[in-house]
Amino acid sequence: MIDLSVDFGFIKLKNPVLAASGTFGYGIEFSPFIDLNKLGGFVVKGLYYSPRPGNPPQRLVETPSGLINAIGLQGIGVKKFAEDILPQLRKYQTAIIVNVCGETEEEYAKVVDFLNKEDGVSLYEINISCPNVKKGGLCPAQNPESTYSVVHLVKEVSARPVITKLSPNVTDIVEIALSAQEAGSDAISLVNTFLAMAIDVETRRPKLANTLGGLSGPAIKPLALRMVYQVVKHLNIPVIGIGGIMTDQDALEFLIAGARAVQVGTANFVDPEATLKIIQDIQRYCELNKINRIEDIIGTLNE
Amino acid sequence: MFDILKDPHALITHKEHWKDYYLFTLESPIIASRAQPGQFIMVRVSSLPYPLLRRPFSIHSVGGKKIEIFFQKSGVGTSLLSNKITGDFMDIIGPLGKGFSWSQHSKTQDIVLIGGGRGIAPLYFLAQKLHSVGAAPKIFYGGNTKDDIPLKEKFEQKGFEIYCSTDDGSFGFRGLITDCFKDQLKNLTPKQIFACGPEPMMKAIYQVAVRKGIPAEFSLESVMGCGFGACWGCVKKIKTKEGTEWIKICEEGPVFSSFEIVWEEQEK
Repeated sequence: MIDLSVDFGFIKLKNPVLAASGTFGYGIEFSPFIDLNKLGGFVVKGLYYSPRPGNPPQRLVETPSGLINAIGLQGIGVKKFAEDILPQLRKYQTAIIVNVCGETEEEYAKVVDFLNKEDGVSLYEINISCPNVKKGGLCPAQNPESTYSVVHLVKEVSARPVITKLSPNVTDIVEIALSAQEAGSDAISLVNTFLAMAIDVETRRPKLANTLGGLSGPAIKPLALRMVYQVVKHLNIPVIGIGGIMTDQDALEFLIAGARAVQVGTANFVDPEATLKIIQDIQRYCELNKINRIEDIIGTLNE
Repeated sequence: MFDILKDPHALITHKEHWKDYYLFTLESPIIASRAQPGQFIMVRVSSLPYPLLRRPFSIHSVGGKKIEIFFQKSGVGTSLLSNKITGDFMDIIGPLGKGFSWSQHSKTQDIVLIGGGRGIAPLYFLAQKLHSVGAAPKIFYGGNTKDDIPLKEKFEQKGFEIYCSTDDGSFGFRGLITDCFKDQLKNLTPKQIFACGPEPMMKAIYQVAVRKGIPAEFSLESVMGCGFGACWGCVKKIKTKEGTEWIKICEEGPVFSSFEIVWEEQEK
């Protein structure tokens, strides 16, 4: 029997495959397709304290092997999440991670403070890619000081371990990762989407109503893998790899590069069973290669 | 929502096409048994990463274990799909969304279905269902040219009363289907309208429906990421108790009533 579990110190996951925030709804949307208990865990859609209207359409553009989205973090807010969604999620025996958003640093803390009182949440993932309304729309992810500041504040309030999710739209990802670690983050996940755009050449208008959006999907995988590789070398907290993972091979690349787990994102839209297939295929890979524990493959890149 | 099924092996048992329009018959017993008019399926176009996303298609008809989809070749995804042949499999998810509220119309005779171009797709299934409960809907079907109304005979063969229009006058009423419909309002007193087509067409019908006090339902089209409510990519402004909200077309639609839709001001 192959041991697919991965130990983060503060939590042990059944297996290294999680579903990524923003691609998995609030989890229950996938219950017609897969047994959520079989996942290493899942990260629900980013939650602000209050409901968010989101951006006008068009919100999605498909590009070669990629998807640009500008949803604008539309969401139901923490209260409705706690009332309507969490009771449905509590029956699942898997890590349930809430992606925490904020228009200000205080809002992140407010979300965490509210959810601390609710059972059924395993961890928080701080989405530091949210535009800060007090700082001209700059998001905390864009510099080490504001990353430190928001992570530090959340850690002070949080009753649960905290993952910080990094944006790839920075000059030096390692610097930001170190900053999050220094602020007390228990783990790092990367990457969020790459800032991108598409233009309709007939109308010469941006294809997205928001002009800019975030690129995800297989197109970004090599970029994301490179960033995970760079970050892992410098950190002593666990790293979760995210970016364009569609298959077990993709997931294994991130694990070999040193990620302790991965998040599957856009693949969930294409195939709502993608996460479970990846888990099965990782298992098969281990069998074929006589690997007894998935942990034995983490960070084993031959250079 | 637990009625949604992924069927990776929907067998293509029949294929027809007229210029850029395609009709595929798929064997998918469970989806066929659950489908309602106005619902749709998401079809995987390629097993490779490009084109990446599934494409949404209205369920065009249901018969026994089979469903049909009708689409126009208009991009990379639909081009690839159009190359599929009888005997191939399609990977589909469905039935998705909420359909037309047709079931209360068993005794209503004056029902009008209006389809523009490929927007005719869901209306055949709706006509089938209405027919099965004793209603005799009148069909309005418009396109740019006579090549854009390939399903005309299909409706006629089933005995439906059909009015056609073409923008270039190559068949039927010359002009927009909305004008053809307005023209026929001299003779008709519809109690219900169901429509699907380009947004300007539906908006024009909406205006007539409101003016005449006729209840109307519209099936909306959108780019979709997933089709089952997870991505929040396919929204439309809808009136709610709290005012207006961006509501997911895939989950709360694709069919909405005139009272719900906030039509956008004509841009461009």
